[in-house]
Amino acid sequence: MTQYTIRRILYSIPVLIGILIVTFVIARSIPGDPCKAMLGEKATAEVCARFNKEQGLDKPIPVQFWIYMKDIARGDFGESIRYSRPVTIILIERLPTTIELGLIALVLAVLIGIPLGVVSAVRRNSIIDVITMLIANVGVSMPVYWLGLMLSYVFALVFLDTPLWLPPSGRLTAGIIPTPFYEQFGWQAVEGTFRYHFLEFFSNMYILNSLLTREWDVLWDAARHLVLPSLALSTIPLSIIARMTRSSMLEVLRQDYIRTARAKGLREWLVILKHAFRNALLPITTIIGLQLGRLFAGAVLTESIFGLAGVGRMLFEAITARDFPIVQAFTVVIAVGYVAANLLVDLSYAFIDPRIKLD
Amino acid sequence: MSTELNELQQKTQRDYRSNSLFWVTLRSIVRQRSAIIGGSILIFLVLVAIFAPVIAPYDPEEVLIGKEDIRKRESPCIHLLGCPEDQPQHILGVDGNVRDVFSRVIFGTRVSLFIGFSTVGFAIIVGTLLGAIGGYVGGWVDNLIMRVMDVLLAFPSLLLAIAIVTVLGRGLQNALLAIAIVSIPRYARVIRGSVLSIKEQEFVSASRALGGGNLHILFRRILPNAIPPLIVQGTLGIGAAILEAAALSFLGLGAQPPTPEWGTMLGSERNQVFTAPHLVFYPGLAIMITVLAFNLLGDGLRDAIDPRLKE
Repeated sequence: MTQYTIRRILYSIPVLIGILIVTFVIARSIPGDPCKAMLGEKATAEVCARFNKEQGLDKPIPVQFWIYMKDIARGDFGESIRYSRPVTIILIERLPTTIELGLIALVLAVLIGIPLGVVSAVRRNSIIDVITMLIANVGVSMPVYWLGLMLSYVFALVFLDTPLWLPPSGRLTAGIIPTPFYEQFGWQAVEGTFRYHFLEFFSNMYILNSLLTREWDVLWDAARHLVLPSLALSTIPLSIIARMTRSSMLEVLRQDYIRTARAKGLREWLVILKHAFRNALLPITTIIGLQLGRLFAGAVLTESIFGLAGVGRMLFEAITARDFPIVQAFTVVIAVGYVAANLLVDLSYAFIDPRIKLD
Repeated sequence: MSTELNELQQKTQRDYRSNSLFWVTLRSIVRQRSAIIGGSILIFLVLVAIFAPVIAPYDPEEVLIGKEDIRKRESPCIHLLGCPEDQPQHILGVDGNVRDVFSRVIFGTRVSLFIGFSTVGFAIIVGTLLGAIGGYVGGWVDNLIMRVMDVLLAFPSLLLAIAIVTVLGRGLQNALLAIAIVSIPRYARVIRGSVLSIKEQEFVSASRALGGGNLHILFRRILPNAIPPLIVQGTLGIGAAILEAAALSFLGLGAQPPTPEWGTMLGSERNQVFTAPHLVFYPGLAIMITVLAFNLLGDGLRDAIDPRLKE
């Protein structure tokens, strides 16, 4: 197992280097002069020369790549051209929003998708099955941004002045300011230090933070703001997970050992949960892992519709503004996260199915 | 006697024909409910695309200011449903530039179907070549090709497409190219897998023993047998490509106005969702129905072609 894990991690290295190369090439091939993009069309050649020198853009491309690799190895992603701030700091500010949104969407998708899939398979061709599969088919075919806009129309306008009203944008209502949990705990953190950014990272996840500080009004407000975006973001993964669970369960329920389990008089729910579901879990896990990439891509659209200052929206803005350092850093982080998620899925196979020996 | 023999011969021939792979597959496709529904919607959409100029009451890019007494973002007006006869009929309303939304949605069918077929067609051709070469040749060539594919797959496809479009420049053509590039790995993997298993089969050895060259074996013996899973992937891929192209257009990177593209229509009116929801609702519905058609057809095809998955 350990050996397999190490080998699997080593296999990821060429892919990671590939990711770095692709991101670097893409960021450098974005047409247009970053100097003019940042300082305006009227920037003189002299000003631009100084700007390029400061940003290291005057060095040959291979040298730039080498510097870039060395910096990344140290966790330094450089400074944003547009904001003149370290990219790592911006990343720490933006990631919590996306992680919170993505995690809640994923949890929703798993908690609703799997039971729906199991019930559909067990009650095959029943009305529940037909309706679930209809919803799942429609769900995977829906543009995320369209669903998001429609949800905000229904919940923010049609249900205006009713208890069902939900906020269509932002993370908190204006005026509600959460206390960072570390301040409430009396932990000292000097602004600018690693400790500060580390603690700030977690306190920027408002749900987690308000649970820790027991500010229930903040929790309620933050949760209400997250309902629509996470619902929109979870639809496609939910549909895919429900479909996969159903077909995987159907496959398993046909097996002889299920008949044996029933024949020996086991209660039906035990047969379904212990004998069928556990064996159907493998393809479901794979598909859940694959959804992570989809969630990140969906975050670009969801965040821009619901006015959330997350990684996805930032990346999109940075690409259009030719802010190389942000594009590079954010793409690398997303791609590495994706590779890591798939690695975890691969390793979890042995845990889910002990027959799989990873060697 | 001879007539009987003739009849028998004809019957055998008929049986042979009706039992060929094509007919067996077609019969089992027809038996699949989802394939029938998906296929029917698709035929309907193709007809809409072909007869768009006949169906649409207006030119999709025609601005109606000064031609009709109508304000911008006017709600739908259908005479049959009680809209006053003296008002011009716009069954899905008019948009922010005073253009007939129904005509634009109808013409959008052409754009979307074109997007779906062209991107997937391109991706399949390139993906097949790469996957087939990798699978057949093996060794470092295979390794190199598949590692590049792994890297491409390591990016969420929409993000990579956004980045590629930014490099190439905005516009429908570049968006199509970006989506095609992003979907190549999917087909390369499918084909490589099939080629790997087929190349070990006896008929391939037989062909080699008969003196068949590598190109002949790969393109005439192996690839035709590797096509079925590709059809399924391709059909499902068209749905995905249409969704992604619409997303790019929605973000302003794909088709540019005034092209009647559904994603562009949605994107340019997204801020009006509270005041004129019909401008957002109908283009999105059109995207959903089209993607649904391809997904249903793809699912049905998979069940029909891969008997192992038949329920």
